[in-house]
Amino acid sequence: MNGWPELDRFLRTDPRDVGCAQAMDMLHVYVDLVVAGTPVEERYPGIAAHLRACGPCGEDFEGLLAAVRGEAH
Amino acid sequence: MGESGARAMSAGAGAASLGSIVMVWGNHTVHESSAAAARPDVESAEWLRELADRGPRREAALARLHGVLVRVARREVARRGPRLAISGPELDDLAYQAAADALLAITGKLGQFRGESRFTTWACKFVILEVSTKLGRHFWRHPAVPLAAEDWDRLPGRFGFDPAQEAEWRDLLAAVRRAVDDELTPRQRQVFVAIVLNDVPLDALAIELASNRNAIYKMLFDARRKLRAALAANGYLGHDIAGHS
Repeated sequence: MNGWPELDRFLRTDPRDVGCAQAMDMLHVYVDLVVAGTPVEERYPGIAAHLRACGPCGEDFEGLLAAVRGEAH
Repeated sequence: MGESGARAMSAGAGAASLGSIVMVWGNHTVHESSAAAARPDVESAEWLRELADRGPRREAALARLHGVLVRVARREVARRGPRLAISGPELDDLAYQAAADALLAITGKLGQFRGESRFTTWACKFVILEVSTKLGRHFWRHPAVPLAAEDWDRLPGRFGFDPAQEAEWRDLLAAVRRAVDDELTPRQRQVFVAIVLNDVPLDALAIELASNRNAIYKMLFDARRKLRAALAANGYLGHDIAGHS
């Protein structure tokens, strides 16, 4: 722990992070698993790590999740 | 077809031939199981049958799919809207354009749907990515800060440094700046300055630099790793013992 948590969080990288291309390739599969209640972070830790770290991909994930849930109602 | 649609589909085509995803970044190799191609569920199979048909059945399916895409796009721009310098009819136009481009991409790539998810989830991904790309392009119509600007006074606010405690973080700020100058390549520096100092959205930067989201993210990823290592080596941050967050 240090006195600069936001800077530390921003600079900290996760070696499991698969990057945008792989995360977006699997996004539809990942979202359906989330909706189904599957423990998706255990199954796809590298995608989960990426979605936590990458703002745009995280935004797309939230958007697709909201879309699927919205269409279901 | 929009760039984002191409991004989604080129990646999808690649995954079709792989049993697992293997990424190598830095010294780390990451294996991630991909979903195997599967038989589509009943509803998805019906979508595929109707869209592959000819005549009124296909037209009806296209109209229904377009309706879904428009609905999703409008909800998505409304969801993101409060954080954007865009609203009203312009935002609605963007949603309709995203839906139209997504529909074109989807109908051109139906053969690449592998049944790993519901068809509508796969289709909605196109429109979500189209919205992202269009918002990235829109950013440059009214950019808040020129790309070349470099205002280091923004950094303390960016990372929540308390002005009242400037005496404590002044040295750290100088160390960050030194590490940016000494450790990063010119391209990594450009990406760091644009995203961190100038608050340029990553997708907008990718468009401006004629690059793509993955390449820009990778550059920023490497820059973050280098900067953290430099700051840890000089005692400003703790060493990363766990190896991941």
